Amino acid sequence: MSLLRVDGLSKAFGGINAVADLSFTINPGTIHSIIGPNGAGKTTLFNLITGVYHPSGGRIRFQDADVAGLPPYELARLGMSRTFQNLQIFFNMTAVENVMVGAHLHLNPRVLPSLLHLPVVKRRDRECRAKARELMEFVGCGAYLEADSASMPYGALKRLEIARALASRPKLLLLDEPAAGLNATESREIDEVIKRIAGQGVTVVLVEHDMKMVMGISDHILALDYGRKLAEGTPAEVRQNPDVISAYLGAGSA
Amino acid sequence: MRLTGPHIGLLATAAIIALLPLTFPNSYYYDVAVSALFNAVLCVGLNLLIGYAGQISLGHAGFFALGAYVSGILTTRWNLPPLLALVVGAVLVGTLAFVLARPILRLKGHYLAMATLGIGIIIFIVLNTEAWLTGGPDGLTVNYLSVAGWTLKGDRNWYWLAGILLLTTVWLSLNLIDSAVGRALRAVHGSEVGAAVVGVDTGRYKVLVFVISAVFASVVGSLFAHRNGLITPGIGSFFHSVELVAMVVLGGMASTFGAVVGAVILSVLPHLLTSFEDYEAIILGMIMMSTMIFMPKGIVPTVLRLLRQRGGAS
Ligand SMILES: Nc1ncnc2c1ncn2[C@@H]1O[C@H](COP(=O)(O)OP(=O)(O)OP(=O)(O)O)[C@@H](O)[C@H]1O
Ligand SMILES: [Mg+2]
Repeated sequence: MSLLRVDGLSKAFGGINAVADLSFTINPGTIHSIIGPNGAGKTTLFNLITGVYHPSGGRIRFQDADVAGLPPYELARLGMSRTFQNLQIFFNMTAVENVMVGAHLHLNPRVLPSLLHLPVVKRRDRECRAKARELMEFVGCGAYLEADSASMPYGALKRLEIARALASRPKLLLLDEPAAGLNATESREIDEVIKRIAGQGVTVVLVEHDMKMVMGISDHILALDYGRKLAEGTPAEVRQNPDVISAYLGAGSA
Repeated sequence: MRLTGPHIGLLATAAIIALLPLTFPNSYYYDVAVSALFNAVLCVGLNLLIGYAGQISLGHAGFFALGAYVSGILTTRWNLPPLLALVVGAVLVGTLAFVLARPILRLKGHYLAMATLGIGIIIFIVLNTEAWLTGGPDGLTVNYLSVAGWTLKGDRNWYWLAGILLLTTVWLSLNLIDSAVGRALRAVHGSEVGAAVVGVDTGRYKVLVFVISAVFASVVGSLFAHRNGLITPGIGSFFHSVELVAMVVLGGMASTFGAVVGAVILSVLPHLLTSFEDYEAIILGMIMMSTMIFMPKGIVPTVLRLLRQRGGAS
């Protein structure tokens, strides 16, 4: 059974078809990468899957429920979370608080007990903080626990977003260019983190321009160009696909 | 128990409220202090909306005025006990805020400012024109606050009541902010989409904070009506709404104590400046402008940062 199934998905912005009649499936427990040149529609696809954009057409099935058009917070409840290509950190909060917001669904907070700071609220908050700390250590930004997020370096913020997404305990995690802007060492560390996340049974969808990383860790790759599917298959298959070579790899790396 | 910053702040506020009257030479000081405390409660509530959740309201005084008028009308015309009238007012205002919040808080920035401005103006107009109910521009006379046969009189007693109300409000606000609800509110400010993708129903939280701040305003309005004895539509005017926002911004957004400090300064300053007579408004404006130029984050956050830097350096 597939975890995510996209059928004839389309999104048009004015005259531009950012995603056009796209269909694919993602199987549970895999690392699934989406590649394509700048403007191919990768981020738009993420926005459609996670409910940030409404599709112009087509269907999205997540765990066999039709989810196209649902708002992001409902999808999070169903087990989906993501990070962003352009950071969406809560810069008005500390690092650990950012991750604690990620656990929002599991705290299921109520207003009156929160106003009164009832013991049960305090206890659950302490547990939540401990869990958030573990996650920050897991992704490798444990050194910034109580740091003001606005003063953290870019690489640590990238990790912080992953920790926040993990705190919601997703079944499907979508990472939009997690290694962009990182140096080679940091990229390799992120690579390791992604593998460990997948190792825990979370299905990962990865958008990434770092071809070495993509070819190394993906079980399956989907190549897009102008919002359409260019090729699909294992890393070896996609690497040898002549369309991919001319449209994408050819342009940048040849 | 470990004492954290907010706890120390709360204790300090309690100590100041308790000791300040020792320096009051006459009842005029109590009078000014009560106004300052009421404004502080209003601003702590408004700060949840503006400072923490990042939404603007230019009609907040409208909710304050509604609370005052519901209390005034119910106690004088229907002889309801003041405490019951206060609760009815809070429920009515909370319900109104709830109904208005969904469509309004979909808007952002200038559009939200315009919409809340509109709410305030409509409330102001209704209070002015529905004279059969509100007394119109002449205002409405309101009885003393009496609970179970006991009547609250005198500036001194009002001072203690307002002081306890402020401490309670500050405590509730600090609790809320340091909880999952408060984190969700702050996350809405930080990044709406970032909050949504981890399951925060951002629309619901915006409505929630709008309702909470409106209820705070209504309760203060009810008490204000009894203390003042006369209420006029002016208490719900655009000018009063802007004044409240100015207090929050001056003291420091997203700082509960900042809201208190801003409210106290802007409530007391006009009384200190009366000797400048004609120049009072200009001097007040200059002080506000220079504060915002030199401390754009507001007084309390700036001072706290300076203290921390000094602590770190030495
Ligand atoms: N909100 C929007 N409004 C209008 N056009 C948009 C919007 N979002 C994306 N587009 C357009 O859709 C196309 C696909 O953009 P998208 O951001 O999905 O590409 P991408 O594959 O993520 O590119 P990159 O590798 O640069 O991140 C582009 O032509 C872009 O200009
Ligand atoms: Mg992109």
